[in-house]
Amino acid sequence: MASTLMPPPLRAGASNRFLRVVVNHLATAAAVGSTILVMAPLIAIFAYLLFKGASSLNLAFFTQIPKPVGETGGGMANSILGSGILLAIASLMGVPIGIAGGIYIAEFGRNGRLANMVRFTADVLNGVPSIVMGITIYTLLVAGRGFSALSGGVALGIMMIPTITRTTEEMLLMVPLNVREAALGLGVPNWRSVLSITLRTASPGVITGCMLAFARVAGETAPLLFTAFGNQYWSTSLNQPIAALPLQIYVYALSPYDEWHRLAWAGALVLIVLIVVSVALVRYVAGRGVLKGAS
Amino acid sequence: MAGQADVNQRPESNGSAGAEPSPSTVRSYLLNCGSSALADRAFSGLMLVCALSIFAIVLLILVELISGSKLTIQKFGLPFFFGSAWDPVNGNFGAMPFIYGTVVSSILALIIAVPLAVGVAIFLTEMCPDWLRGFLAFFTELLAAIPSVVYGLWAVFVLVPLLRQYVDPFLIKTLGWSGIFAGPNYGIGMFAAGVILSVMILPIISSLTREVMSAVPHAQREAVLALGATRWEMIRMGVLRNARIGIVGAVILGLGRALGETMAVTMVIGNRPEIVRSLLAPAYSMASVIANEFSEASDPLYLSALIEIGLALFIVTIIVNALARVLVWAVTRGAPARGT
Repeated sequence: MASTLMPPPLRAGASNRFLRVVVNHLATAAAVGSTILVMAPLIAIFAYLLFKGASSLNLAFFTQIPKPVGETGGGMANSILGSGILLAIASLMGVPIGIAGGIYIAEFGRNGRLANMVRFTADVLNGVPSIVMGITIYTLLVAGRGFSALSGGVALGIMMIPTITRTTEEMLLMVPLNVREAALGLGVPNWRSVLSITLRTASPGVITGCMLAFARVAGETAPLLFTAFGNQYWSTSLNQPIAALPLQIYVYALSPYDEWHRLAWAGALVLIVLIVVSVALVRYVAGRGVLKGAS
Repeated sequence: MAGQADVNQRPESNGSAGAEPSPSTVRSYLLNCGSSALADRAFSGLMLVCALSIFAIVLLILVELISGSKLTIQKFGLPFFFGSAWDPVNGNFGAMPFIYGTVVSSILALIIAVPLAVGVAIFLTEMCPDWLRGFLAFFTELLAAIPSVVYGLWAVFVLVPLLRQYVDPFLIKTLGWSGIFAGPNYGIGMFAAGVILSVMILPIISSLTREVMSAVPHAQREAVLALGATRWEMIRMGVLRNARIGIVGAVILGLGRALGETMAVTMVIGNRPEIVRSLLAPAYSMASVIANEFSEASDPLYLSALIEIGLALFIVTIIVNALARVLVWAVTRGAPARGT
């Protein structure tokens, strides 16, 4: 097989060898070049975000609600609170169900057919556009009842489930079998062994997995468009439309007012800092391994 | 299997425990913790229900979308997807302009992103010094975590002016004769959408390609090098050839992302439901028409048309993602976990 892959030039003369070296260098240059080209937009986005965001960020951003058009100042305090409420609802729903699903695949299903199907479906579900989730929750919870914070939180919560299920499963599989056998050998009931031994051992990884899912949905806009809907005022009611940071950024970015553009950049910076911190945390914990010295 | 056997033995030890004269401290502590076969059964049942919720979500989406789009499915049938009229006032709907916009912008994104992503993956797996690799991998991961709306914000205020001032005039001058890059230069439009989409799907394609390439055994590389191949020949014949199915999977996964991407595209595609040859002209995509018009759609038929577009988007992305997963799994199954 391998011999058929080998081109004849390997046995040929010096000019061919020269050509091969040149091609080699060209390919190397292309790979390095594309890496630079890919890193450029990221650096550009970050630099611009830092520059624009930092210069528009002030105390008012965190303490005031949006001002009417034409007035300067104002902030996104209600959006930050709204995002907090939405994410709290989402986490209350997504985290327990997601972790439990992961426990099932790792501890009970293992390599069974059902577990594989759940794993596969979770991966596929991860790729479903978030706007589809928005429509689904709209027809399920919003139609006829009006926009509400609760429906937005549910939409985000459902989106967390597949991600958390998969990361929890991966983390639990890293816990050595010996640990489970030791627990069961002592006569610990299985459910207790799973919760207090296996899950506890894997908890740093599981928690960071949850944070990753949290960071993902924190920036989601599409599922909130027709569920949480957005709000210009303070609102903590679960039955009323509620403001959210990504929604507000979207509205302000498309507005024709410079003052609102400024706030959009500041909002984007706050959102990004939140996400970068959690991603960095995830990498830090994942890099150390779930279990010290064991995995 | 071993785990299940343990579970089945539990009631025995439990029942006999009561008859024992003096259980050890550990044992009596554990017995007081409320162990029973029932609890085990209930616990695994609960976990099973949560795992099954994944299927329930898929089913829920399907049922809700189908029932929500009943009106247009009955009225227009399959020709809904081929009609190009979009007239909410007179109740005449066709999804073709949106399907066209979604497909063309996604393909454009793939054309730009795939060569770059494979280049990055090659650099990271085969050439990169160790100290730089971790850093770059972190950066690409970060790129994947930036929310869509922030990409959109950047695209509106940085990318679009850049395209309008420098890139578009150049394309019109050099490729204007083809008609693909022609007409009034707004900056926003199909091309801008394709570019921002390519930036967004690059990280996912390159990180998956990297994973697939790392799964190629080292012996393969050494064998090709030992035959006198240059590094590029080694990569081409020893690595890319073996990883190609997985790379195709990664590309399809990126396609799935591009098809469903909403916010950033909505902000730059121009939102005009027309099929125009020029890529510089404003267009519309399936996800962005939903994002823009859903909350304004007061008429039931209008709403139903939008939901049907959502249904089509859902089914297409499910198929595309399933295909991609199968391909990636086929290659990386049994390979060591990433990161090491």
